[in-house]
Amino acid sequence: MSEMFSMTDVTVCYDNVEAVRNVSLSVEEGQIVTVIGPNGAGKTTLLMAAIGLLASRGRMVFGGSDIGRMSVEDRVERRLCLVPEKRELFSDMSVADNLLLGSYSLRDRSGVQKTLDEVYDRFPRLKERQRQAAGTLSGGERQMLALGRALMAKPKLLMLDEPSLGLAPLIVREIFRTIASLRDLGVSILLVEQNARAALETADYGYVLETGEIVQSGPAKDLIHDPRLITAYLGGH
Amino acid sequence: MTSDIAAILAIDGIATGAVYALVAIGTVLIFTVTRVIFIPFGDIAAFTALTLAALDAKRFPGTGALVVVLACLASLIEIISLLRAGEPRLLPRALLFYLVLPLAVVGAAWLVMRMDPPLAVRLVLALMLITPISPLLDRIVFRPIADGTVLLLLTVSVALHFALVGLGLLFFGPEGVRTEPLTSFSTEFAGVLISGQTMLIVIAALVFSGLLYLFFDFSLVGKSLRATAVNRTGSRLMGIRPARAGTIAYLLGSLMAGVSGILIAPVNTVFYDSGFLIGLKAFVGAIVGGMTSYPGAAIGAVGVGILESFASFESSALKDVIVFSLLIPILIWRSLASLHSEEEIEE
Repeated sequence: MSEMFSMTDVTVCYDNVEAVRNVSLSVEEGQIVTVIGPNGAGKTTLLMAAIGLLASRGRMVFGGSDIGRMSVEDRVERRLCLVPEKRELFSDMSVADNLLLGSYSLRDRSGVQKTLDEVYDRFPRLKERQRQAAGTLSGGERQMLALGRALMAKPKLLMLDEPSLGLAPLIVREIFRTIASLRDLGVSILLVEQNARAALETADYGYVLETGEIVQSGPAKDLIHDPRLITAYLGGH
Repeated sequence: MTSDIAAILAIDGIATGAVYALVAIGTVLIFTVTRVIFIPFGDIAAFTALTLAALDAKRFPGTGALVVVLACLASLIEIISLLRAGEPRLLPRALLFYLVLPLAVVGAAWLVMRMDPPLAVRLVLALMLITPISPLLDRIVFRPIADGTVLLLLTVSVALHFALVGLGLLFFGPEGVRTEPLTSFSTEFAGVLISGQTMLIVIAALVFSGLLYLFFDFSLVGKSLRATAVNRTGSRLMGIRPARAGTIAYLLGSLMAGVSGILIAPVNTVFYDSGFLIGLKAFVGAIVGGMTSYPGAAIGAVGVGILESFASFESSALKDVIVFSLLIPILIWRSLASLHSEEEIEE
């Protein structure tokens, strides 16, 4: 497996405060990597810096090229995609238009219809509601649309920020099942989650972020049995 | 007032309103995509009329020089910002867009001018010369402050309007112009005479609104513009560049303003500073639509046109007072009915 994405000593300042300090992490091709940690640890900031919405210091390499100074749009064109915590859907526009815009960065338009059909196969609910405005969807459907829209860009690395936030347990399970199945498509995933147990059960490798710093890392199956993490994040046994 | 007079006033008002509608739609387009309330839009309309008049008089219009000056300024700013960002590889493309293309348009217009072209060609030339102005102004003035507040952008927009009026005096001179009618056709409908020019104005407004609707609903670029308007961060995450969306919005908007300038030129005498009232009345129309709705802006603008027409019959001196007084009740109603902002916060 080759390295898909790496951050080396990345520091992000937010309103003159170092929200993320000297973070290094990497995602191998076809791997699901998760970053867990408490609220306010800097998880979202980390992803915002990775996509370029926030400026950062340090080194960021994606697909072999240094992306640290690139604009958001240039990163997206290289197929680095983010599904943000707020989903950022186009609420006045139809589900179908939202999905179509997901493919905006693709120069080769020939495969767009095929990808759209695949997304509809994966989320039949979206097909049923394709003419409906995105703003009228339920929370679970909105998350499906956000995921589907990101998949339309044929991402090499998909970064997901709290995909389970605010969703019913049944839907959370469905979303995590979808995430796991994306690995089979060859999509690498960087998953940021507060729901540490679900994240570690799905991921191959995990990092623990506390007050802006990585305090622990290791294979997900080891972390899930780590006594300290069990008390802090996994709610004991 | 008899019903005959009312009918004549209504038709006159609809025609004026249709011109405002084109400018209002352009105003909404630019506001939603870039958050700039582009006050100089009326100036663009007036400059188009002045450009056409100069072409009719076989003089090369001052617009050419204006475009050249703006293109040089924009290129200079683009070169400096690209070098600062450490991206010299993007220079050729930027120069093609900001320097070569506008200069090529001016050059082509100059060459065609010498062949004594017919009216249809002159119309195209006038539009070609006018369309680069807004995107260039965007690059020079608004791009550096794109992240500023709406109020800052508006203040700069007003300042830009005054700068343009000054440039208008410099490039076009103080004389007013009235171009030859585009058609001499006229017909009678229900006892009221309707001129071909009036019909042309209404048809043009309908056709351009229709084209814009098709563009927004059926093309990926159109949808990307809507996406930028709805959610800027979301659209950036799709790889849609706000600056590019803004340029397209300015290009389309100035085309609409240009068409309205051509339509109004045979009906009204246009001076270098006539644009302000056109832009302001279109703005009132756009506010009726809440600055975000195209049909709302069009209906509002036609309403302003009709009101102005009846107001000028009742009291010519007070017509503008009556039209702008309309703003107060509308703004009160808008602020009472604005449930929108709460939804957006929740989002």
